[in-house]
Amino acid sequence: MLVSISINGQEYSHDVEPRLLLVHFIREYAELHGTHWGCDTSNCGICIVLMEDPNSDQPPYPVKSCTMLAAMAVGYEITTVEGMPKPDGTLDPIQQGFHEMHALQCGFCTPGMMSTGRWLIERHPNPTQMTDHEIRDGISGNLCRCTGYDNIVKAIRWAAAYIDEHPESARTAR
Amino acid sequence: MAMQTPAACDYSRATSVDDAIAQLEALGGNARILAGGYSLIPMMKLRLANPGHVIDINPLEPELNYIRQEGDEIRIGALTRHVNMLESDLLSRTFPDIFREAEAVLADPVVRNRGTMGGSLCQSDPAEDLSGVVVALKGKAVLRGPGGAERVVGMEEFHLGPYMTAVQPTEMLIEVRFDIHRGFGGAHEKVERRAGDFAIVAASSALAIEGGTIKWAGVACSAVGPTTLHIERAEEALVGQAPSEELFVKAGEMASADCSPNSDGRGPADYKRAVAGVLTTRALSRAAATALR
Repeated sequence: MLVSISINGQEYSHDVEPRLLLVHFIREYAELHGTHWGCDTSNCGICIVLMEDPNSDQPPYPVKSCTMLAAMAVGYEITTVEGMPKPDGTLDPIQQGFHEMHALQCGFCTPGMMSTGRWLIERHPNPTQMTDHEIRDGISGNLCRCTGYDNIVKAIRWAAAYIDEHPESARTAR
Repeated sequence: MAMQTPAACDYSRATSVDDAIAQLEALGGNARILAGGYSLIPMMKLRLANPGHVIDINPLEPELNYIRQEGDEIRIGALTRHVNMLESDLLSRTFPDIFREAEAVLADPVVRNRGTMGGSLCQSDPAEDLSGVVVALKGKAVLRGPGGAERVVGMEEFHLGPYMTAVQPTEMLIEVRFDIHRGFGGAHEKVERRAGDFAIVAASSALAIEGGTIKWAGVACSAVGPTTLHIERAEEALVGQAPSEELFVKAGEMASADCSPNSDGRGPADYKRAVAGVLTTRALSRAAATALR
């Protein structure tokens, strides 16, 4: 079937099998390798990308792209890590936060962590006041096999504080 | 690494509930309804489910995502997401706070964004949290079939075994209904290996207490039998009594005795049996405290 998905503001159209998973559409057809593919069993959150329903006022929310058919994403806006920076290359605050706080070791979980982290900040009424429990519970669907959670929590805090000081960076770039 | 991919299948979207049922009918039972996908797609990847066709009902959100009161019932649409139940003030007010407690420990926030009431029930996984709440509250499933024919099925008839439900191949679960009780208190207790995992054992308990007497009780245990277990003997022992710790210990002992856990990677059967009793007692104590608040 012909599947046409908007990823980072660009339309990708390919003739694929209906059983194709979104993660493989993103990596193999759109050739965007920033989205990683981990456990393949909906547990690890490595493959998380942001999805937005253009007909809804809800902010983009994280989905596990190994647990969606590519066909299910038609009509939604998908944002991967490649789509996070501003057009001039300025990193999104969540990306900058991971850089500042050294929130990665091997880097495999990073794209998923950043996607979930971005959403946690966007949906929280008062992001700078997020408790450690809220952040840790929020990323409980993302596994870091390097167990570098402390710095990941700090990175999400850094981004929340940055967005608080720079409100113009609040919307997820696309 | 070999990649896990579902077996070949076709895909279509539903434009309405009746359209989804018409598609099920036209496909002669070789199709499954696809909602949030967090149960069905993993099952398809494991080839435990091999539908020839999936019918995506996510476009039916306006028709099927709702939590509302009608008369003395709460009605929850089949496509209501876990996050909607977690954050629902109406559910928190009407059933304090059994839905919120179960939803807060069900999988993880990313799964809860998409996973649905209908998906949870139709997966019929005996270790799943929300099913425990629905069994304890004696929810009634509304199934719609060809020609708009509807039937209402209680949970004791709905879950037939692991991954097996009463939903026929040309039927669709559209709504779950719950009776409202005065003096309600509920609680969900879970022991899991790690955050977001399926339960080793979970207990869902609900009480309605008026004038110092338990007027109604719902007791369910998860992950200790072929389906989410309804502990009827404990409910009968509770109703008509004054709430007390001794009573709840007795009810817990009944849950321990009446469940049928298997030994597996999550623990030996006798351990799970003991945990089912302890969690049931704890859930009942907290449910009573909430009811009397």
